[in-house]
Amino acid sequence: MTMIFGIPIQALLGQLLVGLINGSFYAMLSLGLAVIFGLLRIINFAHGALYMLGAFIGYLLLVHLGIGYWPALVLVPIAVGVFGMAVERAALSRLYRLDPLYGLLFTFGMALVIEGAFRFYYGVSGNPYAVPPLLAGGTNLGFMFLPNYRGWVVLASLIVCIGTWLLIEKTRLGSYLRAATENPELVQAFGVNVPLLLTLTYGLGAALAGLAGILAAPVYQVSPLMGSDLIIVVFAVVVIGGMGSILGAIVTGYMLGLAEGLTKVFYPEASNLVVFVIMAIVLLLRPAGLFGRDA
Amino acid sequence: MSELTLQERRAAASVRLEWGLVALGIVALIAAPFFIYPIFVMKMLCFALFACAFNLLLGYTGLLSFGHATFFGGAAYFCAYAVKAWGWPPEAGILLGMGGAAVLGLVMGFLAIRRQGIYFAMITLALAQMFYFFCVQAPFTEGEDGIQGVPRGSLFGIVDLNVTMNMYYVVLTIFLIGVFAIWRIVNSPFGMILRSIRENENRAISLGYSVGRYKLAAFVMSAALAGLAGATKAIVFQFATLTDVTWQMSGGVILMNLLGGIGTMVGPVVGAGLVVGLENTLATSGFPVTIATGLIFMVCVLIFRRGIVGELYARWLSPAEAGSDRDKA
Repeated sequence: MTMIFGIPIQALLGQLLVGLINGSFYAMLSLGLAVIFGLLRIINFAHGALYMLGAFIGYLLLVHLGIGYWPALVLVPIAVGVFGMAVERAALSRLYRLDPLYGLLFTFGMALVIEGAFRFYYGVSGNPYAVPPLLAGGTNLGFMFLPNYRGWVVLASLIVCIGTWLLIEKTRLGSYLRAATENPELVQAFGVNVPLLLTLTYGLGAALAGLAGILAAPVYQVSPLMGSDLIIVVFAVVVIGGMGSILGAIVTGYMLGLAEGLTKVFYPEASNLVVFVIMAIVLLLRPAGLFGRDA
Repeated sequence: MSELTLQERRAAASVRLEWGLVALGIVALIAAPFFIYPIFVMKMLCFALFACAFNLLLGYTGLLSFGHATFFGGAAYFCAYAVKAWGWPPEAGILLGMGGAAVLGLVMGFLAIRRQGIYFAMITLALAQMFYFFCVQAPFTEGEDGIQGVPRGSLFGIVDLNVTMNMYYVVLTIFLIGVFAIWRIVNSPFGMILRSIRENENRAISLGYSVGRYKLAAFVMSAALAGLAGATKAIVFQFATLTDVTWQMSGGVILMNLLGGIGTMVGPVVGAGLVVGLENTLATSGFPVTIATGLIFMVCVLIFRRGIVGELYARWLSPAEAGSDRDKA
């Protein structure tokens, strides 16, 4: 058996793959957080709850309506996005003139309500969501065995991340969005409907979280608690990367997933802690974050 | 001119009224265990002190920590372990818990003050989660079970704490000392500098204050006092568990402040009483506590940012003292 640093190479690659999967979700979620924060100046604590909501809507569509994975991949982000836009219109839009901390506290309360409701109705145990038949099984790559669905998750998250990046950097809508981030009053004066832009942005962020949720459903179990622990790790990712750049959020997400996977190989006890330790080190050496402009 | 004197008269009247209410509150607390289940009042007092310690940071320095469960729950673990495993007397255990919380506060504060505002909140949350994972894995916390059967012992070898009434008045004394300490801190010159940092950090810097040190000092003090509350709770309930170090606990103490009134002396006490009372009521009703908590959060942030006491101040007493509504024009 091939060994690398005294570890069988299969085990190493296997953990790196797990890390890459986790990293895919970190990247998609921190991307959504960065998009929302960029324009709304709100840290969306409910992002984990929206991710859970996405997975649950997918699960409920399957169980109650018999709607499978592929239609859900389209329906779920739309549903979560619409939900997000409604919340933004009804509540978040009233908080823009206040200290950003109020946005954090409001979305924290929202996360508690969403999670509490699902816990009340569905308990805390996880519900399995079957891998779609098209992606069942795996492929032997010669040096390791790759379950097809996991390969798809990595591919899909890359597509989502690059797509969002292109949307923001290369399209007209994206240019409005970036301009409104710099100076909302001026952009409004040029006749762009900034409040609508804010609503759409939050909807986009929520839809990204929902999409991550339905992608995650077959990998992890669908449970009301799946979002809350994840969101704290994603916050650490966001602190490490800095929210100044979309690309930074994406790259940091993947990197930390891989770092976590590597730690699981060499020192499994610390794998829960490694992201936070990296955050502490980054704060000591480069307080603004790896990609951050100084806040 | 006449308006000024009117205002002065109102301010003086409000100060008299405040002291009257505080005296009334102390008398009520002394009498409380004869009318209400003492253990429940002790729980309220521990959380009230925790909330006041948190308010020192949020209300008077303007720093939102999302990781205060670390100090509350951490101190409970240290105290419970010292008392149970090493046979320390309760007063030594509580002091150890407080000291341990201060050290944790020094480390967390040192890292977190490197960023501001929203990042500060996220960093404290992440570090508190790290401490939570540490507590899950560390052998001395006894994992999911927690440290159970902590003996109450006797205070200074004289006062037997197994007698509920003795325990109650010790807790009340600790609470009053803690709150008095916070009152002294926020009304000292040091406290004035903290307020200036809250109001305008850049101006405080330009006036020559090393803002970082003041923030760190406030953070450590707040952590130590939160630790005092947590360690006392461990003695009262004779256990220390993971519940006290979760992020839900950090959220709970924010809620107590938000509901009662951020930046008022009495607000956190009122908020803690209401939240603990609500949790007790809901525990038997079957309605999930998290949903109620979340709804209160949302309502408070949307329409009730001054909190109960802050709102009372704003309506009936001198407007200048009406808490810190952090609205920006």
